[in-house]
Amino acid sequence: MSNVTIRQIHKRYDDFHAVKGVSLEIKDKEFVVLVGPSGCGKTTTLRMVAGLETITEGQILIGNTVVNDLPPMDRDIAMVFQNYALYPHMSVYDNMAFGLKMRKFDKSEIKKRVENAADILGITDHLTRKPRQLSGGQRQRVALGRAIVRNPQVFLFDEPLSNLDAKLRVQMRVEIKKLHQRLATTSIYVTHDQVEAMTLGDRVVVMKDGLIQQVGEPLELYNSPANKYVAGFIGSPAMNFSNVTIKEANGQLFAEGPGMRIRVPEPIAARMGALKGQAATLGIRPEDLHMARDGDAADMSFEAIVEVAEQLGSEIILDVTASGGTIVASVEPTVRVKPQQKIRLGINPIGLRFFRADTEMAI
Amino acid sequence: MIEGAKWRRWVFFRLPVAIFLLFLLFPFYWMVITTFRPDSELYIPWKNPRYKPLWTWNPTTVHLHYLNGETTFWLWMWNTTFIAVVATAISLTCGVLAGYALSRLNFKMAGLLGTGIFVTYLVPQTLLFIPLAEIIRAYNIGDTPWALILTYPTFLIPFVTWLMMGFFKSIPKELEECARIDGATRWQAMVYIIIPVAIPGILSAMIFAFTLSWNEFIYALVFLSSPEQKTVPVGVVSELIRGDVFFWGPLMAGALLGSIPVAIAYSFFVEHYVSGLTGSVKG
Repeated sequence: MSNVTIRQIHKRYDDFHAVKGVSLEIKDKEFVVLVGPSGCGKTTTLRMVAGLETITEGQILIGNTVVNDLPPMDRDIAMVFQNYALYPHMSVYDNMAFGLKMRKFDKSEIKKRVENAADILGITDHLTRKPRQLSGGQRQRVALGRAIVRNPQVFLFDEPLSNLDAKLRVQMRVEIKKLHQRLATTSIYVTHDQVEAMTLGDRVVVMKDGLIQQVGEPLELYNSPANKYVAGFIGSPAMNFSNVTIKEANGQLFAEGPGMRIRVPEPIAARMGALKGQAATLGIRPEDLHMARDGDAADMSFEAIVEVAEQLGSEIILDVTASGGTIVASVEPTVRVKPQQKIRLGINPIGLRFFRADTEMAI
Repeated sequence: MIEGAKWRRWVFFRLPVAIFLLFLLFPFYWMVITTFRPDSELYIPWKNPRYKPLWTWNPTTVHLHYLNGETTFWLWMWNTTFIAVVATAISLTCGVLAGYALSRLNFKMAGLLGTGIFVTYLVPQTLLFIPLAEIIRAYNIGDTPWALILTYPTFLIPFVTWLMMGFFKSIPKELEECARIDGATRWQAMVYIIIPVAIPGILSAMIFAFTLSWNEFIYALVFLSSPEQKTVPVGVVSELIRGDVFFWGPLMAGALLGSIPVAIAYSFFVEHYVSGLTGSVKG
């Protein structure tokens, strides 16, 4: 069993509290992605699991062993680094064989494992080359190969795709996913790219300021963000936020902002009774907005002025001014609008989210 | 090609390089020509119409024979080689390990210690030889090669340490972290990964340390006294200048032969040496 348990870990540097009590249970064979902006503690957390940083407080268990005081070599993990960290003076073969040699595997076993890994990754032709003779994508494959030959309990990935160009990144993302499906090794993956997180992770951990904001399956984060930060971080283009005041009229709740009056739909309204007369934040994803049709109620739509229309072919991204701020909407590709045109955008009621103004928690 | 680019290249690149080369190489040329010039030409007064300082039509090897037969030159060469090689080996061992420790192990006071080592390098030898002479006398190693082998590291170790510190810092720390995850101990990661990657830097440090010990003058002059213990720089100067008489021919012959090993060392490692100074290890 190679589950990883993280219990209330802290990392303090002299004058900086990088990780402030993170707890996480990673199941055997699970692919968990830590995502967040730079400086959120995700890489530090990963490095503590790897044993490259000491743990100031708390416990990390791999399998059922507390590894706090084990050196990296005894944790039975493999790590893929952002800059690949290939040994420049060794051939691809020797790079991949190094970990096995250090662990005193016999030559024939090393050869078998390296060739097998090279075969899986399609780098068999490059085994005799030096890392500097390889392209970025090939180097990344070698780094992956070096991790998989050891057949470790846990894979750790530290932003492995950040140094690749956009096209290659998408390709390697798919390969990492396939690799995980094939090897089914417990994996922890750190990235700042929410698309990578959503596509790769069985579960995604959103972090900010050394704290976990939310843990969940990708769609869970997308559909039920725990707070305003997660709502804004997951999804592209990002969710729109608007400051509103909650008011009651005719027994119904309305969210009112400048030039906007939206009816709060029933299931949410039931939880918002106590907020009557108070400020709140309304959130709506661009894909839950559309050009208003005749059937759209006045309290489920609002007026907006088009600033920019970005034609992406499959959709059009509209940057509009409404309710005293900028709002982004993703509309059907057949829509034709001009800058400064006045339009009416309809809201899909299921997409409406509300957050408390003070704690920013979801309501 | 841009109009006029050719003459620009001559004026701003080739000509300055040529002047610079001439300036640099002239002393060597002077050394060579004096070595092979007979005494009868060497001691002609300046104003004599037969005075041709830059060329000779009567080359002779008499100065080389003199150096070979009348002095202990080959002993000096051996002394210098022995001292330079052992002092360099000691300094490299200590300096590489110290440089690694100061740049990689984050222990308390590492920065302060690094600065401290650098400061010792700044103490001029002309001051340091006074207390060192006292120490050498106390340990009774005056007039032996060990007087120099043990004192040269006082300036070589700080030098190598600082050079290697900079070089180690240019090696991504992920290489080492990866090795340690791969199953290497800190020591194995250093031996199998970091040191091989740092070879260009180590070679530069080695050449520098070797040259500095080979050319060192003050300590050799002060700590050695008998002719058969001397090093080339001191031997040539002290044995071939007697009072105010300069034996220019053998003197220059000694200087010429003495600079050959250094020249060979440089040319042999020149490529590594350049990449060592320009640093950068790409992953």
